[in-house]
Amino acid sequence: MSTTATAPAHQTVLCTECGGNVRVPSDVMVGEILACPDCGAELEVQTVTPTLTVELAPEVQEDWGE
Amino acid sequence: MKLALLCSRIRVEEKLLIAELDRRGVAYDRIDDGELALRFDRRNFDYDTVFERSISFGRTLYTLQTLESWGVRCVNAANVVATCGDKALTHIALERAGVPLPKTALAFTPESALAAIEELGYPAVIKPVVGSWGRMVARVNDRDAAEAVLEDRATLGSWQQQIFYIQELIRKPGRDIRAFVVGDEPICAIYRTSDHWITNTARGGKASNCPVSGAVGEIALQAAKAVGGGILAVDLVEDHDGRLLVIEVNHTMEFRNSIDTTGVNIPGRMVDFVIENSELRIENFQSDSTSVVPAPASSPSALEATA
Repeated sequence: MSTTATAPAHQTVLCTECGGNVRVPSDVMVGEILACPDCGAELEVQTVTPTLTVELAPEVQEDWGE
Repeated sequence: MKLALLCSRIRVEEKLLIAELDRRGVAYDRIDDGELALRFDRRNFDYDTVFERSISFGRTLYTLQTLESWGVRCVNAANVVATCGDKALTHIALERAGVPLPKTALAFTPESALAAIEELGYPAVIKPVVGSWGRMVARVNDRDAAEAVLEDRATLGSWQQQIFYIQELIRKPGRDIRAFVVGDEPICAIYRTSDHWITNTARGGKASNCPVSGAVGEIALQAAKAVGGGILAVDLVEDHDGRLLVIEVNHTMEFRNSIDTTGVNIPGRMVDFVIENSELRIENFQSDSTSVVPAPASSPSALEATA
């Protein structure tokens, strides 16, 4: 089950899996995937304003690709 | 005139495309395919053109087919997505156009698939008809391995994984080629080099510049046209005789590290194509797709990131 986390500042966001600090690029967009450097979890950006929030990204689906 | 950028995940590629749209002053809205609910009775889609960049083949396919039936222009077109998203359908289209291909068989039961593999000879490659990034692609070196893979797919796989697309293994020289085609032009290409027999950059293959002139560009363009044309990435291999064979064509191509590698502004060329092939007309619009990127890398050191 995914949860949300709120960024203490727009430089990092807390990983919803391990609580680690995940760096957020300055041009971050909703739908972008951020990888936690500590646990490797993929986090999907849900909102950028007014607060940056992330959720655990869905698993790769069979039909995903290019 | 309004443009919709159809996305799900925002990859590096989508950010680069958004930057190029913004740079050209194109008015557009980002549409998340996960939020779409297409109402056939109301045709609730207020855009003239869709630039498809969704990571999901299924969502893209049904969205574009619906929107085209409503008169929306789609880049790439729905029929192109339908063909490229299925390796068997791609193969049929390419073969019909005379594009050089590996020896391939299509079978529907483990028994018939095994017979086809034995006829093609080992090693052979079993691929799912739907899928990307080299996932579920299995090299089988002998009958035991083939039986194991086929049994797994038959027991655990979806119905599509039980459409057995089987190819001879091409003894490629440690690399394959990805050529990028935009409209009628093969704009650039990369070699993807790996010690592993799967050379996808999504699986760690390293990118280096590949001249797109000559046979690479010609065959890539032939393949792109065979599947309906548009913005496409054509994957090719060189066999032991140096012949080029087409493996697949990708309709929502990833290109993040091929820009510096080739020196070609790939997202810029893509956005130019969308503008030129829609009814979008940007005041003072000028194509600048040949600019803004460094010279091609001369060594195969540029690492194509996992996508």
